[in-house]
Amino acid sequence: MGKTTAEKIFASHLVDEPFAGTKVLRIDVVMCHEITTPIAIADLMERGKDRVFDGSHIKAVIDHVTPSKDSKTATQAKILRDWAHRHAIKDFFDVGANGVCHALFPEKGFIHPGYTVIMGDSHTCTHGAFGAFSAGVGTTDLEVGILKGVCAFREPKTIRFNLNGTLQKGVYAKDVILHIIGQIGVNGATDRVMEFRGPVVDAMTMESRMTLCNMAIEAGGTSGICMPDMTTVDFLWEFIRDEYATKEAALAAFSRWRSDDDAEYDKVIDIDISALAPVVTFGYKPDQVKTVGELAGTPIDQVYLGSCTNGRLEDLRIAARILSGKKLAPGVRGILSPATPKIYKDAMNEGLIDIFMDAGFCVTNPTCGACLGMSNGVLADGETCASTTNRNFMGRMGKGGMVHLMSPATSAATAIEGKIADPRKYL
Amino acid sequence: MKTFGGPVLFLDRSDINTDEIIPAKYLTEITKQDLKPYILEDLKLPGFDPKGEKTKAARVIVSRANFGCGSSREHAPWVFEVNGITAVIAESFARIFRQNMFNCGMAAIELPKEQLDLLFSHAGNADAAISIDIEAQTLTASGGGKQKVFTFDISPFDKALVLAGGWVDYADSKY
Repeated sequence: MGKTTAEKIFASHLVDEPFAGTKVLRIDVVMCHEITTPIAIADLMERGKDRVFDGSHIKAVIDHVTPSKDSKTATQAKILRDWAHRHAIKDFFDVGANGVCHALFPEKGFIHPGYTVIMGDSHTCTHGAFGAFSAGVGTTDLEVGILKGVCAFREPKTIRFNLNGTLQKGVYAKDVILHIIGQIGVNGATDRVMEFRGPVVDAMTMESRMTLCNMAIEAGGTSGICMPDMTTVDFLWEFIRDEYATKEAALAAFSRWRSDDDAEYDKVIDIDISALAPVVTFGYKPDQVKTVGELAGTPIDQVYLGSCTNGRLEDLRIAARILSGKKLAPGVRGILSPATPKIYKDAMNEGLIDIFMDAGFCVTNPTCGACLGMSNGVLADGETCASTTNRNFMGRMGKGGMVHLMSPATSAATAIEGKIADPRKYL
Repeated sequence: MKTFGGPVLFLDRSDINTDEIIPAKYLTEITKQDLKPYILEDLKLPGFDPKGEKTKAARVIVSRANFGCGSSREHAPWVFEVNGITAVIAESFARIFRQNMFNCGMAAIELPKEQLDLLFSHAGNADAAISIDIEAQTLTASGGGKQKVFTFDISPFDKALVLAGGWVDYADSKY
């Protein structure tokens, strides 16, 4: 019997099986940010265990609140910074070089097919886009990851999603994943890997695949996973060209991580994407999804474009195409946070930043900030935000605020009209 | 033998998420103790007051499906811990929250819906209490002069973590 990608990664990284059903894996990349890591560092110091298993496998960034907004966030940043320097962690990204972790680390080529990745951040599932097993964990698991380079998991079964057909105009990876979450519910994939397959995924860029995998956790999924292919090789080529003679050789090496044709799945779900229209969330759970037509006309106070879900160059291009020559509706605030300095710079060089600023957007530095109501665009009680982020929980972007999750295209159309609007008429 | 228990806080809704348990704006606190006043601050439920006496007295939470969904923040178990709540009983848990509870040496116990319904039938009793014996895998619900014992499943690994008091020392000695 064949194996799924997740099963292959579990088998190749197995360190111990202390009890039936629990597998301790060797971790290839331990990622750290300044919100969940400082308490792990403090605890390690208190235990007299201020060590790291291997600094070259640890990546760290200050991204949630940056530049620091007050003494508390400055202290968190300092704890992470001092620790990174103390342990000579080479891949540490501070103010000026920092960006949203799940956009920055892939951009640096840190994640390859077959890797195991953990981070004290639920959206770590993003990196499964590269054919990796990548899971969000709590601070204690992170602490053990830093100290020993291992993490324990119940081996997850895999749900295979066959995404058939083609994406219609105005429909993007964000619409696909919101639709899937709407179908299976916020715990539809708990303790499961969500494997995304089919012609729709094959045709997607790595950016789109990351958007797809990013929201696996919103259905309870442990990791999203896409099959490594030539798109994966092309994205990683500048980082791996010394390892492989040709791209074909890299593809051959990566392909061994693809799920076998005769692999067994917990469930196989076929979805015809050709019939999908742009979608938007309502309410306070990411599985509360309606078509844009059903929610069109809902007034909004703010548009937020950014985050680990949709703050990449592709997203900015899509939104800028719609916003070009247009203005924000009167009374609506627009906030753009390109997810990394490189994305910011590329967007500037392409003239995208001009388009956003001419439309009336405020362009902030790369940060998680407003997505979780920390900084740079927090909502007031009773306000509504059209957002390209990933969570619409009550209070998520500010106490008493309402968040409608949507694609960059839908957020751009909504910015122009000041109410939820269908992007297709602008394309 | 590791036991948990005491007065119960009943939260009768599914999908109670980490942002409701502890809003992100408090994640800038550096110590667990500093989280204490903010427990369940953004949870809106009929008759529930995050700052009320029932919340203060609680040692166990009983809730519904998919408890603790959303963020990976271990601040969610920590805010319970510093408020004296060391066990949550629910129909199911989000993976990260569940593991965080056991990693901290606390208990996240799953019961089938029918048994949870029985527990919720105690919600009206002012003296509703639950005691949990991890070793024996039993919990005893009492209130209104009645008492009932339930058994539950727990993975051997999670049980070992609770009995060891958490994952860090366990892992450092072993790997």
